[in-house]
Amino acid sequence: MSIAIESVSKNFGQFAALNDVTLKVPSGELVALLGPSGSGKTTLLRIIAGLETPDRGSILFNGEEATKRDVRERQVGFVFQHYALFRHMTVFDNIAFGLTVKPKKSRLGKGEIRDKVNTLLKLIQLENLFDRYPAQLSGGQRQRVALARALAVEPQVLLLDEPFGALDAKVRLELRRWLRRLHDEIHVTSVFVTHDQEEALEVADRIVVMNNGQIEQQGTPSEVYDRPATPFVFDFLGNVNLFQGRVHEGTMKMGGMELASPEHAASNDLPAIGYVRSHDIEIERFAFDASSIEAEVRYILSVGPLVRVDLALLGGEESIEVDLPRDVADKLSLQVGEKVFARPRKMRVFTHDYQI
Amino acid sequence: MGSFGTKNTVLPGFGPALGYTIFYLSIIVLIPLSALFFKTATLTWDQFLVAVTSPRVVASYRITFGAALFAASVNAVFGVLTAWVLVRYRFPGRKLIDALVDLPFALPTAVAGITLASVYSPNGWLGQWLEPRGIKIAFTPLGIMVAMIFIGLPFVVRTVQPVLEELDQEVEEAASCLGANRLQTFYRVIFPTMLPAILTGFALAFARAVGEYGSIIFIAGNMPMVSEITPLLIITKLEQYDYAGATAIATVMLVASFVLLLSINLLQKWSRRFAE
Repeated sequence: MSIAIESVSKNFGQFAALNDVTLKVPSGELVALLGPSGSGKTTLLRIIAGLETPDRGSILFNGEEATKRDVRERQVGFVFQHYALFRHMTVFDNIAFGLTVKPKKSRLGKGEIRDKVNTLLKLIQLENLFDRYPAQLSGGQRQRVALARALAVEPQVLLLDEPFGALDAKVRLELRRWLRRLHDEIHVTSVFVTHDQEEALEVADRIVVMNNGQIEQQGTPSEVYDRPATPFVFDFLGNVNLFQGRVHEGTMKMGGMELASPEHAASNDLPAIGYVRSHDIEIERFAFDASSIEAEVRYILSVGPLVRVDLALLGGEESIEVDLPRDVADKLSLQVGEKVFARPRKMRVFTHDYQI
Repeated sequence: MGSFGTKNTVLPGFGPALGYTIFYLSIIVLIPLSALFFKTATLTWDQFLVAVTSPRVVASYRITFGAALFAASVNAVFGVLTAWVLVRYRFPGRKLIDALVDLPFALPTAVAGITLASVYSPNGWLGQWLEPRGIKIAFTPLGIMVAMIFIGLPFVVRTVQPVLEELDQEVEEAASCLGANRLQTFYRVIFPTMLPAILTGFALAFARAVGEYGSIIFIAGNMPMVSEITPLLIITKLEQYDYAGATAIATVMLVASFVLLLSINLLQKWSRRFAE
């Protein structure tokens, strides 16, 4: 089922949680709503579910008006961050709940319900724990039960509110890969909320980046990561260094360095900020061209596949962070206190009419 | 050290704490109660049976335990309702009502009894309206129940309230997303979660009602075989210097209450089997 959100706004008292949001989720896609807390992503999810009503705007399911439709009639599966399992029911009864509350005439028989729940238990790999209570399960197991419970009623849409937020790092990683595989199998239209960019980049077909109740950018993971539309998106997805300067007729000037910025060819000496990802900076022992800037190595952290180097720019207070592949760092064998040259390979310049 | 209770904890002192608990319970509960049994034991078995099974005594058991069960049941229903209103809604005067709930705890029981008796007596505030309609409350078994409901009110409210406060709104939302209507959400999700607390409150209200004396004797009328409660019978025996007879009846009451409370506790344990 496709979802269309049309100029939806929602206020909580004075606080504008959503401000004229329009979004389309095509049928069968897995979409991530990504943003910091307070960006309105959970409110949007709850409005889709029917747990909140929008102040303005409308929600369409498959092109049909659904704004006023009751939660129970929306056929959405909702997975909560803190599982919201029924703690007085066994795993089996939790999963069967949605099937057993149906009106008598559309309810499945006892045997069919049992078969269906057993299939779901197999899907979430908890066949042996069917008679446990939620209190006896680990966090990851609980969230899988919550997911199976939501899937049992064969929802048209699956909505997940920070589904892995309360889990520890390793379980999180496992579970989000499992969710991706699951979605590839059952293709139910899914929207999940997260503040973890890595999670969104890894799991989603499409990412919707939200900030202050508005959508900043939407696109495939590589689109939003490689071509951020706004400084906010740049800053939110991945590590970034800021260079303050001015842009004039296609050239960005910062301190002693100069860099081509062709998209600002028409600019006439405007204040600007250059955004450079920490892995898009080269460290060299000589000045390559005008875009090289002299700096001093302040700190080296060599843990994991990347080596993080902290550089203090000479002739200024500013410092930048550079991530080098391990082999490159080994070849350079940098020393703390050493003078080197840093050269941005790729820079995105935003003039000052954008603000973070 | 022993094999239990000696794990390193933040607060040490398992030994002294347990020792003190046992000492305290002995002084306050066990020694007085065992004195009761010793006094009873001065009777022969036949004398004991005669003392505890005379028709007047049996009638008083029936009225005491029957009225107490009824009162506790009424309190279970209306206590849940009161707790629900106090937790779920915000309205002016909520804090005041919250404080009013505890009043039956604080009021001297005699004051409560006299007040209830005068309000429900045939020419009292409420009694003058009920009497012409054939409803007699003061000086009948109904009066006993009213007094027992009054003094047992806070128990269910105060045990259910924290459980309701803790109940996550998300659980109800989850139920409605899964297609449950409001009634189903209540009896399949909310009620089972409250049940252990309701049973605890029920047991406490029941125990209090069985043991209540002060407020009941003013409203009950105390007619033998009709509206005479067991505690009053015990006092009557004491006044007649029949100490062994009084303790015999007390023993029966004690054992019966203990068995009832124990079974309610087992029921309560079963109802929270999920919270291991």
